Amino acid sequence: MSATARGGNGTAPLVSVRNLKKEFPIKKGVFSRQVGAVKAVNDVSFHVARGETLGVVGESGCGKTTTGRTILRLLEPTSGEIYFEDRDVRALGTRDLRALRRDMQIIFQDPVSSLNPRMTVGAIVREGLTIHKLAEGAAADARVSQLLQEVGLRPEYATRYPHEFSGGQRQRIGIARALSVEPKFIVCDEPVSALDVSVQAQVINLLEDLQREHNLTYMFIAHDLSVVEHIADRVAVMYLGKIVQLATADDLYREPLMPYTQALLSAVPVADPKSRKERIILSGDVPSPASPPPGCVFHPRCHHPAKDVACTKIVPPLEEKTPGHFVHCIKQPPTTVSWEQQKEVGGVHPPERYLPLAAVHA
Amino acid sequence: MASPLLSIRDLRTYFYTESGVAKAVDGVSFDIGAGETVGIVGESGCGKSVTALSILRLIQPPGRIEAGSRIDFEGKDLVTLPDEEMRNIRGNRISMIFQEPMSALNPVFTVGDQVAEVARIHAGIGRKKSWELAVETLALTGIPAPEERAKQYPHQLSGGMRQRVLIAMALIMKPALIIADEPTTALDVTIQAQILDLLVHLQKEFGTSILMITHDLGVIAETTSRVIVMYAGEIVEEASVTELFARPHHPYTEGLMHSMPHIGHDQERLNVIPGTVPSPTNWPHGCRFRERCPYSWDLPEREHPPLYDVGAGHTSRCHLAREPQRRNHPHEPLVVQEGVGAA
Repeated sequence: MSATARGGNGTAPLVSVRNLKKEFPIKKGVFSRQVGAVKAVNDVSFHVARGETLGVVGESGCGKTTTGRTILRLLEPTSGEIYFEDRDVRALGTRDLRALRRDMQIIFQDPVSSLNPRMTVGAIVREGLTIHKLAEGAAADARVSQLLQEVGLRPEYATRYPHEFSGGQRQRIGIARALSVEPKFIVCDEPVSALDVSVQAQVINLLEDLQREHNLTYMFIAHDLSVVEHIADRVAVMYLGKIVQLATADDLYREPLMPYTQALLSAVPVADPKSRKERIILSGDVPSPASPPPGCVFHPRCHHPAKDVACTKIVPPLEEKTPGHFVHCIKQPPTTVSWEQQKEVGGVHPPERYLPLAAVHA
Repeated sequence: MASPLLSIRDLRTYFYTESGVAKAVDGVSFDIGAGETVGIVGESGCGKSVTALSILRLIQPPGRIEAGSRIDFEGKDLVTLPDEEMRNIRGNRISMIFQEPMSALNPVFTVGDQVAEVARIHAGIGRKKSWELAVETLALTGIPAPEERAKQYPHQLSGGMRQRVLIAMALIMKPALIIADEPTTALDVTIQAQILDLLVHLQKEFGTSILMITHDLGVIAETTSRVIVMYAGEIVEEASVTELFARPHHPYTEGLMHSMPHIGHDQERLNVIPGTVPSPTNWPHGCRFRERCPYSWDLPEREHPPLYDVGAGHTSRCHLAREPQRRNHPHEPLVVQEGVGAA
């Protein structure tokens, strides 16, 4: 979608997140003493504007799913601020939190395990209506039929059970369930990753149609960069619990200033046997989030030619390189971490712009 | 091509289930030449994995390879080969790399043991020798510090490393053919890039033939030289990789290519193939893609399309080969509303 301007307009954001952290304790021994912590989300800040789709991409263990679940308080954050409209999400009591969940919904990746196999499709979709006292009796039945039709299923499917449906259809049931309470914000957690290509396209189109009709705001979490480019207005790239690049989808794919994003884009296999793409092959694996590397989290695998000791000492701020384009790298100019500061900690290569487009564009 | 390494003729693998006979693979024929990388692409349930398992004769009841199917490999028909001889082919002349690197490894043995075991069984060499060979093979797959890694257990390795171990197990006997069934589907994209590069490199180095089974057209484009597209238990199209991507003939192939979002070529709306794959217990008569096809038309008796030769070594199971002008007049497919899929 090319409506990039929709993201950054001046209206108050729907969701804003500041310095969010989520750590999972590592316990050992008979008394379960805490011996460390997995820093799943490590100090991330961003906002989601009304009506936009914020894509969040990254590889397994980067913290993208944890970020989404922490915003909904399906997981309790360790620290940081989360605001939905003007409500402080972390300060809400049980009752207020339940009320908030009417506005914030989630669609899960696995359409098999996220639907209760003992409930009919109708009961699954109707549950939210009952909990939030939105409709009862015949009115609820009518609403369920309407919701099923809206996601492209026949109303008579309400009496069937989830196992009778294909993966794509089950994902539609999950979408109908999320829509039932008329939310403003939906976290879509890898909603199409488990689906076949042709079915994936159907579900993506459906999500886009629903967004337009209901003025929905999405946080779309995925590992597939081409899907995110298609659906998102802005994209956050995560690596080891940090946002390392945040930009409009157009900027991110045209100007992947973060070296990690470059590697990620160049790794995607291109469905064109004639394309001659140089690939940036990252060596090794992602380090453990229990002991992330000091300085820039990406430095052990980074291929930026100016990488040096400074990268291992200074934690790069997520800073604005061009308007609305934030990158976590002290070697991509302009940077607020001056060359003098970098030299002080042992830096030897001044920042220089590095954008190997041959590797990124087919 | 001289006589091919593997030649499959009219392979039919049926599953006799309570709800009927599922014709998972229904008359598949193709060849793989020595040193060639052939890809099979298709979506869940198209029969690509069952084809792979049939080659290794790993089909469990209620499934069975039907009489009349032929799988000729190095002068033997694998369909009728005695079990003992078949065991000698598996892991030795033909090996397989599975999708899920965690469940394909035994958690209570070190990875070195598991790689060495393949050599102990098939080459009949001793513990010490097979261990050395295992470490050597692990090194070939780019595992750093292979001596130490060999002593570790699967859970101590990352997903990418485990996949390298599986490749080492497949490679240790220097087989003539490696079947890779979605070898990178469970991996992250940067690790996938490492593993695909490794497979391409090993294929060049040892001249092993590879049968690459995947749902990802990107993986196909980057690793194979010839492609087979499967749909509903059949081959619907076959061509060289450059020919297939330049001139997809079958509407299903065309639909698959158009329904993928491509980086750098954003379109407002993705094209979709409407409807779902039909049930394998009840394939439609005639063309199995007919109801989802934007070009379909009524033929007398719903004739089942043969694989038409459409030139340049390219075959397609589509009647458009007879009436190509119909491609200029697409219509709404017959199914718009989704039907209930297979239970």
